[in-house]
Amino acid sequence: MQIFYTDLLCIGAGLAGERVAVEAAKAGFDATCLSIVPPRRSHSSAAQGGMQAALGNCVMGEGDSPDIHFEDTVKGSDWGCDQEVARIFADTAPIVMREVAHWGVPWNRVEHGPATYYKGGKPFEAAESKEKHGLIHARAFGGTAKWRTCYTADGTGRSVLNTLDSMCLRYNVNIHDRTQAEALIHDGENCIGAIVRCLRTGELMAYFATATLIATGGYGRIYKATTNAVICDGGGQIAALDTGIVPLGNMEAIQFHPTGTVPTDILVTEGCRGDGGTLLDVNEYRFMPDYEPEKAELASRDVVSRRMQEHMAKGHGVKSPYGDHLWLDIRHLGEKHITTKLREVYDICTSFLGVNPISDLIPVRPTQHYSMGGVRTNKDGAAYGLSGLFSAGEAACWDMHGFNRLGGNSLAETVVAGRYVGKKVVEFLKGHSVDFKQSALRDAHAKIEERIKRLSGSSGKESAIVLRDEMQDIMMDYVGIFRNGKDLQTAVDKLEELHARSMNIGLQGKAIGFNPEISLALRIPGMIKLAQCTAFGALQRTESRGAHTREDHPERNDKDWLNRTLAYWKDGDSLPTLKYEDASPYFEIPPGERGYGGGKIIHADIPAEKLHVPESNASDNAASAEDTK
Amino acid sequence: MSRRLHIEVFRYNPLDPESKPHMQSFYVNEYDSMTLFIALNIIRDQHDPTLQFDFCCRAGICGSCGMVINGRPGLACHTQTKDLPEHIVLHPLPVFKLIGDLSVDTGVWFRDAGTRIEAWVHNDHDSFDPTQEEARMENALANEIFELDRCVECGCCIAACGTARMRTDFLGAASIARVARFYLDPRDERNVENYYEVIGNDQGVFGCMGLLACEDVCPKHIPLQDQLGIMRRMLALHSVKGILPKALIEKLAHKGCCHENHKS
Ligand SMILES: Cc1cc2nc3c(=O)[nH]c(=O)nc-3n(C[C@H](O)[C@H](O)[C@H](O)COP(=O)(O)OP(=O)(O)OC[C@H]3O[C@@H](n4cnc5c(N)ncnc54)[C@H](O)[C@@H]3O)c2cc1C
Ligand code: SF4
Ligand code: SF4
Ligand code: FES
Repeated sequence: MQIFYTDLLCIGAGLAGERVAVEAAKAGFDATCLSIVPPRRSHSSAAQGGMQAALGNCVMGEGDSPDIHFEDTVKGSDWGCDQEVARIFADTAPIVMREVAHWGVPWNRVEHGPATYYKGGKPFEAAESKEKHGLIHARAFGGTAKWRTCYTADGTGRSVLNTLDSMCLRYNVNIHDRTQAEALIHDGENCIGAIVRCLRTGELMAYFATATLIATGGYGRIYKATTNAVICDGGGQIAALDTGIVPLGNMEAIQFHPTGTVPTDILVTEGCRGDGGTLLDVNEYRFMPDYEPEKAELASRDVVSRRMQEHMAKGHGVKSPYGDHLWLDIRHLGEKHITTKLREVYDICTSFLGVNPISDLIPVRPTQHYSMGGVRTNKDGAAYGLSGLFSAGEAACWDMHGFNRLGGNSLAETVVAGRYVGKKVVEFLKGHSVDFKQSALRDAHAKIEERIKRLSGSSGKESAIVLRDEMQDIMMDYVGIFRNGKDLQTAVDKLEELHARSMNIGLQGKAIGFNPEISLALRIPGMIKLAQCTAFGALQRTESRGAHTREDHPERNDKDWLNRTLAYWKDGDSLPTLKYEDASPYFEIPPGERGYGGGKIIHADIPAEKLHVPESNASDNAASAEDTK
Repeated sequence: MSRRLHIEVFRYNPLDPESKPHMQSFYVNEYDSMTLFIALNIIRDQHDPTLQFDFCCRAGICGSCGMVINGRPGLACHTQTKDLPEHIVLHPLPVFKLIGDLSVDTGVWFRDAGTRIEAWVHNDHDSFDPTQEEARMENALANEIFELDRCVECGCCIAACGTARMRTDFLGAASIARVARFYLDPRDERNVENYYEVIGNDQGVFGCMGLLACEDVCPKHIPLQDQLGIMRRMLALHSVKGILPKALIEKLAHKGCCHENHKS
């Protein structure tokens, strides 16, 4: 078996993984990134909208500050986030946008003079200031008090990822693409690398590393309908969970977007509805005003998704070979508007759906979009449970998003956390030398090899494809947008059954070298575990907070549930073990009304000393953010 | 409406000594709005789980799924079956190393090209001062740079290129356009001489025969023709330096192109 040695092993080469790698490489350490696909194909490249940072350069962002960004983020999270982390994020974001500009990101810039913008489908005029001409511009996104989303046309993820990848070239980060981490190498206290499968040859390899970072993105593929790429299968979260020591945080916190398209689930932007698009049912009847007389299609993301689901459950969905859906109607906006302001939507519809949105209806349904939960870390990005293990980006539950993340905050998180955690990783590398224990490597390797052998033997009767389909259906049917105790219990039971069956997967075909069937077969048991963590966490959480909506517990219950779920998986168990910790060490902004979404709140008695930033913390954070200010 | 598609796929597993390159036929019922992404996944799920192909975003954004579709390189996820005849023939992209069936190694190829052209902004990265506001830039220039940053490294332009098929060390249109991207960027401090070193040769602009198959197949509609022209002219003038007067060279270098306004 091939064995590699490196200082920092980044599992994942999306924005988060590459940003951390660059930080370590710049400090003179040997950094290696693993990725299923060439780095520039990572799912970060699909984000079109932009990144939030309170630069306040554009006229609609005037007076913005990290304080306001922080407040928007906390409200967005429905007070589920770690406020210390959200504060670090909001304070660091503007610096990071400038830093990537220095490295080559072609951010759109302020052009002084009058400009025409749109709000609620209506044009208005505003004048950009002369002093700000040429600085980074920003656009509007939901849930924010100011326009603060930095962007490069309709390809922000693409251009920032290109830039970070170019920095990896520049600083000689080793890129090992077409590799998939299968297990962490650890001795119960220290994480010292990973067992990795080569996706060219199918062979197993070992990587010994002083520090290991999980930056594998989201796990949207546990759902059938997701905007996520086909590789967003939670490999990193699974590897962490399988240690039995490292917990996953808030796995039940899943965001759904109202307008994923059918059949390929590609996202069309919220702008369609913002500009006046409507939602229709099988009878081409506009139903949203019946549910939400005031805001109709423009209620918040979670509310609209909930209503769409409800309406389809009543039998008003449009039947299709790909399942039920509804219609998005933008025909009345006219050809000019659609081919200019909504060009990207026009392209998606014509290229992928064979639908011309000028004359036809667009098939849509609420679609899984973002994983708020993930590998639980402290504010330094260090995972709970194992020294030397870090996590950043969508894979992590660093926890600035709590139970709902704002548009534009996740792409920003990847590079902001990447820079911040990267510096902490460098500190760790400077202070540590590690004993690369052969016994730990042998244990981890034996487990994976044994699994591959069992798969290839002819005993297994279950098909990985069937199990995948059943898992995805269960998640769609019982752990979707609307949740209730009965459905969730059904999901937990059915998934437990799948979990048992997943021990018994066999292969249908035989192939020498790399076999894609083995990839799926290796991944499915872990994905079922992630689905179980999601379903079980949702069952236990008897309240509604952010994207987690319980019909049987509609109130946000701060008294009992102002906390974070931690899911552990003990070897041999068929269910996760759940523990809980405080949502935030203190509340710079005390729990209150979000100002949208409505809903009842059961208030908590929070001790006075927790209602402000502790002295020591304030100076601490200032010191660690020293060279960033 | 519903057709039965005959999809013929190139099969070969280089790691299996028994495997010989051959074509294999599959039959799939066509659905509404079916793309080759859906069709190939149906084949893998229902007919042959060992079939190798690459998809990631399935939205025409990541560049994973380049293949030769009825003789023409393109993105499979971005191709609807209704735009194709009933008989569909799929081959892997030529030029790139074959991994198996329809899967080729574009990642390593582009990484190698990126290293050769030093595809990063050359400046003193450590000079970044977090306390200062960003260096200003005209929005129009930012948009021009972004236009070239839209390349998804799918490899279609390389696969369609006669020169790339003949000489393995040809950098291809995508890499030359990448150099043009840095040339355009005022943050990159390289001069003409530096660029000449990386693409002023037969592996670069002087290997290109100008037949423009590349631009024809680019799924992102990157203006490859313009960029090849600009770089060729710029570097050709550089090579006659010392023969023509300097002032004339400077005048000709950016005549009529988008660089005219921002660099001399
Ligand atoms: C369609 C869409 C649009 C979006 N738009 C926006 C937006 O406008 N603004 C915004 O803020 N957010 C947006 N988001 C969310 C945002 O894009 C993601 O949260 C973010 O890009 C995640 O980055 P990452 O670096 O954490 O992970 P990714 O970019 O997903 O990278 C994961 C990396 O891990 C690798 N990997 C995975 N598993 C393994 C394994 N087992 N072994 C080795 N490597 C592995 C992958 O190959 C990849 O390199 C959008 C998301 C989607 C789906
Ligand atoms: S230039 Fe176009 S065809 Fe060539 S790699 Fe880039 S996107 Fe693909
Ligand atoms: S124009 Fe040049 S780069 Fe493009 S296909 Fe022809 S030879 Fe290749
Ligand atoms: S799968 Fe990403 S471009 Fe086709």
